[in-house]
Order: sequence, then C-alpha cells, then structure tokens
Amino acid sequence: MSSLSRSRLGRSILLHLFLTPLALIWLFPLWMMVVFSTMPDNGIFSPGIELLPHDGFLDNFNNLQRDTNFVGAIGISVSVAVTYTVLSVLLTSMAGWALARYEFHGKGIVVAIILGTITLPYAVVLIPQFIMVARDFQLANTWIALIVPPLFNSLGVLFMRQAFSMMPAELFDAARVEGVKEWRIFLFVALPLARPMLAALAIILFLASWNNYLWPLLINSQPGAMTAPVALGTLIGLTKVSWGGIMAGAVMLTLPMLVVFVLLQRHFIAGIAAGAVK
Amino acid sequence: MAAVTLTNVVKRFGVLEVVHGANIDIADGEFVVFVGPSGCGKSTLLRMVAGLEDISGGEIAIGGKLVNDVEPADRGIAMVFQSYALYPHMTVEQNLSFGLRMNGNPKADTERRVSRAAEILRIDELMQRRPKQLSGGQRQRVAIGRAIVREPQVFLFDEPLSNLDAELRVQMRVEISRLHKELGTTMIYVTHDQTEAMTLADRIVVLKGGNVEQIGAPLDLYDDPANRFVAGFIGSPKMNFLNAKVVGTTNGAATVELVNHDGARLRKPLCEALPAVGAEVVLGVRPEHFREKGEGDCDIAIKADVAEHLGSVSYVYANAGPEELIIEREASRQRASGDHFTVSIKADRSLLFDKAGARIR
Repeated sequence: MSSLSRSRLGRSILLHLFLTPLALIWLFPLWMMVVFSTMPDNGIFSPGIELLPHDGFLDNFNNLQRDTNFVGAIGISVSVAVTYTVLSVLLTSMAGWALARYEFHGKGIVVAIILGTITLPYAVVLIPQFIMVARDFQLANTWIALIVPPLFNSLGVLFMRQAFSMMPAELFDAARVEGVKEWRIFLFVALPLARPMLAALAIILFLASWNNYLWPLLINSQPGAMTAPVALGTLIGLTKVSWGGIMAGAVMLTLPMLVVFVLLQRHFIAGIAAGAVK
Repeated sequence: MAAVTLTNVVKRFGVLEVVHGANIDIADGEFVVFVGPSGCGKSTLLRMVAGLEDISGGEIAIGGKLVNDVEPADRGIAMVFQSYALYPHMTVEQNLSFGLRMNGNPKADTERRVSRAAEILRIDELMQRRPKQLSGGQRQRVAIGRAIVREPQVFLFDEPLSNLDAELRVQMRVEISRLHKELGTTMIYVTHDQTEAMTLADRIVVLKGGNVEQIGAPLDLYDDPANRFVAGFIGSPKMNFLNAKVVGTTNGAATVELVNHDGARLRKPLCEALPAVGAEVVLGVRPEHFREKGEGDCDIAIKADVAEHLGSVSYVYANAGPEELIIEREASRQRASGDHFTVSIKADRSLLFDKAGARIR
C-alpha cells in the first residue's frame, strides 16, 4: 500500500471515529420514538430504558385512529402538502425567473420588499393573516386556508432567482432568436435546467407544509379538517396524554419524509450545493 | 439572403454611450467581420442586429425592411454564440429541431431541415448525443447547425471560435468559410482575432471604443490603413511604430528623423499635404517589411532581446529606447538573444501617422 493510500485510509478511519458517535446521538431520539411507538403507555414510563421494539405498534395505532381518525388526517396532510408544493414551486420559480431574467421598473424595490418579508417574524403575520382568512374571507376549516396563505415563499423566490441568474443568458437568447415564446423558454429550457434546485425547493416546501403545526392548528381546528400533526396534538389532553399513540403517529409522519429524502437526496444535495463552485 | 444596413446606430446603457453612430452597409451574400479589441462595441452591434439589444438611436434594415422594433425571431436571422448555447438537457437532434418544433413547423419539413444541416456539417452520427458528450468542435458544429435549420437570410456569429484550441480554430475557420461559399448567405461575424477577420472576411469593419475606424477588404486594411489603430490591429505580429520628427519637406516628400535610432533619417514621399517641419510623427513598419542592411532607404542598428525561431520564419524582438520592435526574417536562424545587427526600412513599405494617429498619405 502506498503512503498516499495509507494516509487516506488513516484519515477515513479518524473521520469515522469522530462522526459515528455524532450520528448515533442524532439517531438515538428517532430510534427511541420507534421503540416507544411499540410500547403501551404505562410501559413507556416504567423504570429502565428499553432499547428494543415491542409488539404494541398496532394497538397504539388503533387507539390513535379511534381517537383522531389519523388516516383521514394523513390524507389531508398529504393532499395539502402535495398541492402546496406543486403550486408553490411553480409560483416561486415563475417569480424567480422574472426577477432573474427580465428588466422592469421597480425591480430593485420588489426584490427589497421580498427580502424584507424574510426579516418579519411569523408571529407578526399570524394574527392579521388569521383575521383576514377566517373573518374576512370566511375560509376557516378549508383546504384553501391551509394552502393559499403560505404559497408566497420569499426564500423560495430568492433561491430560484439565484438559480436562474446562474444560468448562461446566451441559452435563452438562442431560444429567443429561434422564435421560442417566453413561456416556452421558461418551461422547456429554464425549468429542466433548474431540476436539482427545483427538487431541493420541493423537498423544503413539502417538509414545511408537512410539519406545519401552528397555522393549521389555528385555522383548521375542527375534526375532519385537521392535518396529521394537529390531529396528533389533540392526544395531549389536560388529564391524559397517550404517548404510545403519539409516538406511533410520529413514526407514521416521519417515515414518508425519510423515503422522500432518500429518493431525492442526490438532487437535494446538488441543489443546495449549486453555485458553491463555478 | 439579404443586405443589412446600419444607419447612425447608437447604443446607450443608461447615460453611457457605447456605440456612437455606426454606419455600415453589408451587401447581400457578403461575409463581413466586425473586429476590434474587447469593449469596442462589436458584440453589442451584432446583438442589436439580432434584436437582442434595443437600439438607442439610428436604424437597422435587413433585406430593405426596417427592423428596429421587430422581434429577433422575425428578422430572418440566426445566431451562433461564443458559448455555443446548446441546450444541455437535449440531444443534438432535439437541439437542432427545438426552435422549429416550438414554432409548430411541420414535422416533415423539420426533419428535412435537420438532416440537411447534419449532412452539411457532417454530424449525422452525433444526433443522439447530448452536448456534454461532444468535443468543442462538435459542439460548435451543432451550434452552427442550429442556425442553418432556420434557413435564415443573415447568419450572425458572435466570437464562435474563441473557446476552441488553436488547431480546431483553424479547422472550424475553414469550415465556416466553406459554409459561406456553399450557402451564399449574408454573414456577420464578430471576433477580436484579426487572423480570423483577415482569413474569413470579404470586408472587415474595424471598431474601437464604439466607433467604426475603417471598413474595407482585408488586404486593403493591411496595405492602406486609415489610422494608426487600424494599422496596429490588422496584421500579425502587429506593426512597429517608431517615433520620428519631420526635419524637412521637399518635392512632395517629408524627411523624418527616427528619434530613438541615433538620428537615422528616411525620406518618405507623400501625395497629400505635407506635415510641418518639426512636427512629431510616427513611422509604421510591419515586421515583415524590414530589409537587410543597405537594402532599404534607412538603416537602423538594433540589439536582439529575444529571438523566436518558428521554422519558416523567425521573429526578433528588440528594444530601442521606449520602442519595442518586432522584426520578421525568413532566414535568420543564426540570430540569437543579445546579437547586434542592422536592418533597413524601405520608404514605400512604411506608413506615416501624425501624433493623433491619423494617417499622413
């Protein structure tokens, strides 16, 4: 073995020795969530730490379903998250495209306003948004109330603006000279080239919608209109907390995200790293 | 095919004017090259012809039709970009047909045009490859093919060979020349490389700082440049400029003294108004026009700093005061760095410029 390979191997071992404990610390709560989801409520708080799963997952899930109609809530969560992600990706990329590729009066002001909205704490927006959606538009407990208000995503707009700005302008000039209409240039040239960034954005937006708790709790609090995290929250009662059911629900909420991330991680990493090097 | 006319074309970016009233007439089927250093406005001018930049003033007509407010796609032009601008997610075939497909061109006609372009450029075997699977030369061929399928009246080339290595550049230069002969279409070609300009052009437009310095056939610009800039820009290696002073004017000739060469004097016959005695002038001599000692009208002694032997010719670089001279010799392999020798300037193979750079004829 050459000295170069030996030094590489040494570095790799050191790196693994350092990173493995960190990974275990990060994974431990997730694993315990899985273990707790298989235990009865009284078992969870019994002395000693159980590290291996039991066989009570189905019992916990049945309780969860009985108390909250969790499957229905997951259905709402999935539908809302998918619709929101598709619409938001489309809108943010259209806005990002316009800001990156067209010159118009007031463009600087528009960008400044978009940047400004990032600095606003969500708590400041929450009450006016609730009053507008629930009182003025009478949209409480509807899907529209869950999907439309967060559709405008300033970070997403700036992310896509950056993605389109990095593409060579000549590509779009070439299409223009060929007589391709602007919307077709966006659809058939720009969007396919932005695929890694779109995948990253889609994951981020899907996650944001999937995990959103506060806004759905406020606006869609009626049974039958709740998203899965809100439904799960109802298990925390004043006198009784069904931890086994909560953990079973948490496992079911986490698994799809893991699957989505594993499937798209190549694009996700590429999208996040885009622009890091020339 | 179509003629292109630029009348008083001006381009401003905000308050900054970058093209100052360009007047250029390009005949039907002509190959015209815009040449000049970086920032001279040549690409801006081409993009204005393409319709990719708005015109701040003046008029552009293609085929006799004013196109100032006409969309790029409706000008009857096709453009080849420096970076090729191929769509990376499409195959060669899709790249070639993209514009036609997007515009609803009949499928059979699209296929006919694509196969014709592929045949002309010999890229038939590359049709299913993506741009990243092609070499630089192949990519440039595809980019040209994409222009051909549009069957344009005017081809626009924006420094299309700049990204290629030297050998490939020569090869593609020949191909573009062949293409022009084959298609007979009007072509406007932008480059900063005067060799490309000289070899490709029917006529060259030399630009500097947004102004048209001279328009003419390659050899006319080489033999009879309008000013010092054109004289220096056209020709490789570039023309030598020797500082001089007019010391006498008699019988339609000016006698100049080369100030950095021990008072060597040259009598230069002129056909226009003679410069004033005492005026500071510049004598231009191309590297290939120096003669052996005694063979010209004025001898100057120089010391070789560096000698480059390329085989068929040698270049000797010499410093004389503030002037750096380049001398081309056909058979001077014996010259080495540090050598002292004498060369001669012939009056009829030299040019005279005033201090401002205007030609004194």
